[in-house]
Amino acid sequence: MATRKCLQLLKIPNRRLFHGNNALLKEGPSFPGAQTTWTEKLSFVTKSSYAPIPVYRVMDRKGSVIDPEGDPQLPRETLLKMYKDMRTLNILDKILYESQRQGRISFYMTNYGEEAIHIGSAAALDLEDVIYGQYREAGVLVWRGFTAQQFVDQCYGNRDDLGKGRQMPVHYGAKHLNFVTISSPLSTQMPQAVGAAYALKGKGRVVVCYYGDGAASEGDAHAAFNFGATLECPVILFCRNNGYAISTPVKDQYRGDGVAARGPAFGIHTLRVDGNDVFAVYNATKLAKKYCLEESKPVVVEAMAYRLGHHSTSDDSTAYRSQDEVDQWATTDNPATKMKIYLMKKGLWSEDEEKKFLKEKREEVMTAFTAGEKKPKPNWNECFKDVYKFMPEHIEKQMNDMKKHVDKYKKQYPVDQYET
Amino acid sequence: MAPIKATSLLNLAGKALHRRQFSVSKIASAKQMTVRDALNSALDEEMTRDERVFIIGEEVAQYDGAYKVTRGLWKKYGDKRVIDTPITEMGFTGIAVGAAMAGLRPVCEYMTFNFAMQAIDQIINSAGKTFYMSAGRVNVPIVFRGPNGAAAGVGAQHSQCYGAWYAHCPGLKVISPYNSEDCKGLLKAAIRDPDPVVFLENEILYGVQYPMSDQALSNDFVLPIGKAKIERPGKHITIVAHSRAVETSLQAANELSSKGIEAEVINLRSLRPLDINTITASVAKTNHLITVEQGWPSAGIGAEILARIMESEAFFHLDQPAIRLTGVDTPMPYTKSLEMAALPVPKDVVEMTKKLLKVK
Ligand SMILES: Cc1ncc(C[n+]2csc(CCOP(=O)(O)OP(=O)(O)O)c2C)c(N)n1
Ligand SMILES: [Mg+2]
Repeated sequence: MATRKCLQLLKIPNRRLFHGNNALLKEGPSFPGAQTTWTEKLSFVTKSSYAPIPVYRVMDRKGSVIDPEGDPQLPRETLLKMYKDMRTLNILDKILYESQRQGRISFYMTNYGEEAIHIGSAAALDLEDVIYGQYREAGVLVWRGFTAQQFVDQCYGNRDDLGKGRQMPVHYGAKHLNFVTISSPLSTQMPQAVGAAYALKGKGRVVVCYYGDGAASEGDAHAAFNFGATLECPVILFCRNNGYAISTPVKDQYRGDGVAARGPAFGIHTLRVDGNDVFAVYNATKLAKKYCLEESKPVVVEAMAYRLGHHSTSDDSTAYRSQDEVDQWATTDNPATKMKIYLMKKGLWSEDEEKKFLKEKREEVMTAFTAGEKKPKPNWNECFKDVYKFMPEHIEKQMNDMKKHVDKYKKQYPVDQYET
Repeated sequence: MAPIKATSLLNLAGKALHRRQFSVSKIASAKQMTVRDALNSALDEEMTRDERVFIIGEEVAQYDGAYKVTRGLWKKYGDKRVIDTPITEMGFTGIAVGAAMAGLRPVCEYMTFNFAMQAIDQIINSAGKTFYMSAGRVNVPIVFRGPNGAAAGVGAQHSQCYGAWYAHCPGLKVISPYNSEDCKGLLKAAIRDPDPVVFLENEILYGVQYPMSDQALSNDFVLPIGKAKIERPGKHITIVAHSRAVETSLQAANELSSKGIEAEVINLRSLRPLDINTITASVAKTNHLITVEQGWPSAGIGAEILARIMESEAFFHLDQPAIRLTGVDTPMPYTKSLEMAALPVPKDVVEMTKKLLKVK
């Protein structure tokens, strides 16, 4: 009885279900949840049922191109900018890291070991492409033209900081460079990037979302993958797999074949690349962007690397890894050194040019550093602004009360340290 | 002073359910509309007005929404504007926040605000703070909406008021509407607002009809966010409430009126910004104050109002201590009789008023 009612509801004559050649259910499994085949053999699908996803590379560890087809044959200017930007990033890191150690700024995070990831991917994109970063992507900003002064001003939270001194150091944001302000809670940028890509569909732009091997474990990461796939968004979900999330090594972070293996499981085209090989990263990002735009679909990229620095200035990585391990990576598979060798082999760079460039860059950053340190802090009234688009009365009142108070007790406050 | 525990008054509460239209006599001729339809028309009108507006949430499209608030909208606007999502609140909230950052105007529906707990980081840390943290460069025009507060018989994890939670957070605007006009005018305002707005609806009220003025029926009926409404003027005591507690208060005021006590009932409408001026002006007139809410007492909306009165000139106008009437300080019981006992009913308001005014 109940069955017949169901069938009536579905408007299917019951004959069709059980008899005849034109059966509704085909010979193979017809479950709506998967398109697949039957098997009569009961066995687990395991990690080793599939070969691990190989790591795409262009150069070997010594900076020699393995297959000439892989060399993107970039023009001299581009190659030199790529290399110089990598070294600029190193210099910024060194000076700002040291300044934190000296107590001049409160916090810093270095990018050592990820230079090729930042520069290789940034070089393959256009300025119009929107970047959602995690926090360790300063090289992307260097490539896009964020100046040494702007880095320093942000870390000092001074008058000229684009972020008005409201965020911790390294939480950069640059609307003019389409670089969305860094947000502290992990992975929140991932579904947001997919949402932004959704909004930008069909506009010839992609969104690139960087995240770490640790951030990939958050619920948001999985949501981003699934929504990217189901909403068909032009987004590159770019994992920087540097082996560690603070002290947590990847073996405690996941048990599958890294982050890349999750891509196909969500129905997403996926690439795994050598993050120490700037050309591999460049080629992968170029291909990913092309596919995203042509198909209006997402791509997962996993760039394999090694975090050479401490997680941040709040971390001492000697507590959980050996100096030997770090040194080995730094010397035998270093992304910047690899590119340097490539350039020198091509006759585009020399030790003399290197010395000269490093010296000039260091001076430039030091000048910016000294200037940034001297600049006053933003006007104190900035702390009342931007809570809402239009300042509500109660906040305005608080602001005016504070102004009266500060005017009255000027001598008690370090007013000269603030912009007026 | 400890908050007053609501008493179990099955009869009264039962009657109350059938007496929802008690206050409409004056405008009985006005068109009636359910809260659900008022919300639906607000969404419909704003989607027509601005093509950046879209709805995202679980089962909002073909299924018309868990409580049918989005009925017909998917048919009318299609997949692009009404988007069903996998079951990941944190994910679709983040997507909505990102889309808002990129210039769209998402309306993010939660099956209930209890499930928005999964997404609260996106709501507070991302939507609520990005404008500030980006130095005023990236605003997040977004509406988070869905049923809030106690429903009926759905147990502790589905029956709680998040008014105080969200009202606590700078960067958010929080609306807790009462009737159909509130819902229509304020949801439209929320969608047009440049900042993130948390819009707390009430499941029990969805099916209740309220009168709609001609003005409220028009396409450009928008109510101001941050302004309370005096639902009923009076001179003896001020009763401040939001959402369904407004109804409780109006019922109590009706009963008090028959005893010669004229209560002024203020419908807060917005919890943040809180319209304290309307309250203080009323207290200056009545010299007595009771707040009524269904949420918990601790750090609640009533607590906030009392604190602000204490800190202001209005304190000197009080003849008696101000009193909070709240839901009881426990997770919501599932059992019906206990559930009724856990929420303030008109009788509680009447008793407390008489006590404050020292009448028998
Ligand atoms: C939601 C959330 N949980 C925890 C943290 C603290 N936290 C900051 S960075 C980090 C590790 C992230 O590692 P990974 O994603 O691998 O990036 P990496 O630092 O290696 O670049 C953690 C746990 C956070 N910021 N947000
Ligand atoms: Mg990592």
